[in-house]
Amino acid sequence: MSESLLEVNGLVKHFPVKRGLLISREVDRVRAVDGVSFSVAPGETLGLVGESGSGKSTLCRAVLQLTEPTSGSVRFEGREIAGLSRRAMRPLRREMQMIFQDPYASLNPRRRVGQIVGEPLRLQRVASGTELRRQVQGLLERVGLAPEHYDRYPYEFSGGQRQRIGIARALALRPKLIVADEPVSALDVSIRAQIVNLLDDLQDEFGLTYLFVAHDIGVVRHVSDRIAVMHEGRIVEQGPADRVCEQPSDAYTKRLLAAVPVPDPRESRARRADSRA
Amino acid sequence: MGRFLVRRLLGMVAVLFAVSVLAFLIFNVIPSSDPAQRMAGRNATPQLVAAITAEWGFDDAPPQQYLTMMGNILSGDVVSYANRENVDDRIVEGIPATFSLCAGAAVLWLAFGILFGYLSAVRAGGWLDKTLTVVAVTGISIPVFWLAALLLNYLAYQTGLFPSGGYIGLTEEPLEWAYHLLLPWVTLAVLQIGFYSRVLRSNMLDAMDEDYVRTARAKGLSERRVMTRHVLRNSLVPIVTLFGLDIGVLLGGAILIEAIFNLNGIGQYAFESLKGLDLPPIMAIVLFGAFFVVLFNALADVAYAFLDPRVKLESGAR
Amino acid sequence: MSKPLLHVDDLRVGFATEEGWVQAVDGVSLELAAGEVLAIVGESGSGKSVTAQTIMGLIRSRNASIEGSVRFRDRELIGGGEAALQRTRGAEIAMVFQDPMTSLNPVYRVGSQIVEAIRAHGSEVSTGEARRRAAELLDSVGIPDAGRRVGDYPHELSGGMRQRAMIAMALALEPDVLIADEPTTALDVTIQAQILRLLERLNRERGLATILITHDLGVVADVADRVLVMYAGKVVEEGTLEQIFYDPQHPYTWGLLGSLTRIDRPRPRRLPQIPGAPPSLLDLPGGCSFRPRCPHEFDRCPRLPGLEGRLAEAPDHLDRCWLAPEEKRECRQVEGRIGLQEQA
Repeated sequence: MSESLLEVNGLVKHFPVKRGLLISREVDRVRAVDGVSFSVAPGETLGLVGESGSGKSTLCRAVLQLTEPTSGSVRFEGREIAGLSRRAMRPLRREMQMIFQDPYASLNPRRRVGQIVGEPLRLQRVASGTELRRQVQGLLERVGLAPEHYDRYPYEFSGGQRQRIGIARALALRPKLIVADEPVSALDVSIRAQIVNLLDDLQDEFGLTYLFVAHDIGVVRHVSDRIAVMHEGRIVEQGPADRVCEQPSDAYTKRLLAAVPVPDPRESRARRADSRA
Repeated sequence: MGRFLVRRLLGMVAVLFAVSVLAFLIFNVIPSSDPAQRMAGRNATPQLVAAITAEWGFDDAPPQQYLTMMGNILSGDVVSYANRENVDDRIVEGIPATFSLCAGAAVLWLAFGILFGYLSAVRAGGWLDKTLTVVAVTGISIPVFWLAALLLNYLAYQTGLFPSGGYIGLTEEPLEWAYHLLLPWVTLAVLQIGFYSRVLRSNMLDAMDEDYVRTARAKGLSERRVMTRHVLRNSLVPIVTLFGLDIGVLLGGAILIEAIFNLNGIGQYAFESLKGLDLPPIMAIVLFGAFFVVLFNALADVAYAFLDPRVKLESGAR
Repeated sequence: MSKPLLHVDDLRVGFATEEGWVQAVDGVSLELAAGEVLAIVGESGSGKSVTAQTIMGLIRSRNASIEGSVRFRDRELIGGGEAALQRTRGAEIAMVFQDPMTSLNPVYRVGSQIVEAIRAHGSEVSTGEARRRAAELLDSVGIPDAGRRVGDYPHELSGGMRQRAMIAMALALEPDVLIADEPTTALDVTIQAQILRLLERLNRERGLATILITHDLGVVADVADRVLVMYAGKVVEEGTLEQIFYDPQHPYTWGLLGSLTRIDRPRPRRLPQIPGAPPSLLDLPGGCSFRPRCPHEFDRCPRLPGLEGRLAEAPDHLDRCWLAPEEKRECRQVEGRIGLQEQA
């Protein structure tokens, strides 16, 4: 069905473990992504939930061809992109962008905000000079910053603001797909809602499609239309967000959901009494 | 571990080969008087020079010359161009002096380097730290030969407090052995003390900010135990590796110090051979030195893996 | 009401930094009774970790200024000298930290680090006896095959087991108080649940008084008896678990509760949010620190409110907000969701 913006089939990414005296031979593999299939429709948000070691970060990179898949298919707008050369991928990079987890590590501390956000525009030759500046300042405003922030350095901003800068950078080329890898995990609790709401607004305004990856099921459920649960390199359950959270069918999903602490003391006590009974 | 050592040994052979080829090429390229000419002496006749050239194979192609020389070195037959003595024998004779120098200096520099580094770190910012820093930086900055000459001049020649050079074997006269080596030990150690104390200080200051040090305090350990069993212990690991590398280099001969103090070790032999561009000893000493560097490099890696259980010797596992 | 085990009175901790003076803890008072679980909730800059570390005497920077009182069993810890503090650490008050990977020394086996804790205060326990006890401790915190695990290095254990080992180590000398600073933040949610159950069991079975520091209200709801909410170095609300969750009195608490995601309730169309960001401690507004972000700011706010009980029916429920209780009830949204007005 070519209606999906992104279609992933049997995606595999293994990392070989090599041993050997003179010649290194592969003795084992780390099966980071072990046969994953899913699709994302245009304008939809697919939430990917998993704990550490589930392979979700590797999956993000493999989908975006930031690391070459071992095997499997990734179709973007119907076109196969798995294993494409760097050159062939270049024009496609305008259509797919990534937001990273750590707002302190993902911005080059030696560059000004304007340069960081404007770099994609420059590299893809979309704009330059004053037009570039104008576009970047527009983006900054759109994500809740001020045009004057163009000339500042990342260290002058808080975590939440830096994440906004990262979002502005991802938006610069008006991509169709944004892969958000734990975009709010490193932020203070009172800021998370702001960023979640911002991503929500931007999705409506720019017609974005999100692959939203996180370990916090609550946040994932809030933003997603559909959810996929990942465990040890495989997707163990997929479906509409509410259904997966309220009526999980997979054992791991059930365990995961049961472990989420409920921020409601009476509810929490009742749940524990139930599980003990 | 076994696999690691075998791998390293194979690597060592490759390194030694490369080093020997490089050394040979370098000295073949340096223009110098025809060795046959020098060997023949003052009243050389062209026939004599030609005869020597043929006998020694100086007219062979360079690869052939290389193979001949390497063969001789490895079988212990190589002979110096300058004075016809057996190079390998001479190296073996020089080993006691060189090794004594290195061992004694190493004990000195480790003891004081660690002590000064520890004190500097524990009292960071205070007057003791500042004083020791000045001492360390001075030690690092002083040119080795100048210090040697200074000590030799004032403590030996002028005041006669120390002997003015020479080496006495350990087995002959232990006290004299130490007495003659005292100034060389100090000279060699000064630079290293400065360096090691700075490195240790820096490592310890970093370690003091680590979370596990905070945990150690939270357990109620005394400050001294926190400093020694946690901060120092972890900070020493890179020092051990550094030491392995330094010793490996020095065992090949501390050229300047041996020459100035006339210790007749391998370093001094190297010094003399270089002056005369005498190729066979140079080649042999280079190989000798390279061997120790590679060996101690490997030992340093083993020690590191032993001291830090997170480090695996094999880089294979992801 | 039994005498509190730990009594902190008007604690003030400040640091002289390059950019200026930072008052990390600004007049914090708290009490911990035996067997009680007190949760301290706050975000970055709230001062919760510095408070905990000051109680343990772990703030040693020369640029730090510590004032106020910390009394443990009627013994004053501040200004009592390093020796007194050292005797208390581990033996009477113990602490576990957020990241068990960096909080354990990587070059020593887990067992020997626990043995070190057991023998820390010059005890007469023999090494053999201490090793046996170390294995027992690992077993008591739920580590399977404890006898073998004693010989493992920290990096050979999983994250959850490392945290259990840290807790075991903290309990080595049977302290009366355990301070846990974000003990589950670095762990997966399934492991977090296990660790919380462990802490709860320890509290219940041994009467271990616990101070739990966290930013996660879900964790608080799970294990706490009483809650302290901190913001910009001050306590802004204090009360029992029920009071804080079902009758919160401070706009910051409303904001925190409102912005929570719950998987057992229908999704709100939009997540209620608190505007702005936690303030930089170098540049605090005068009066109530929450002012710039508070939608209910009015003319009394430029003067710092005192931390007082303003509810006649709950005198031990304290808050730092000038609004009258009736006004607060109006401002809050009720019906299952407590929070600030939804952003349009």
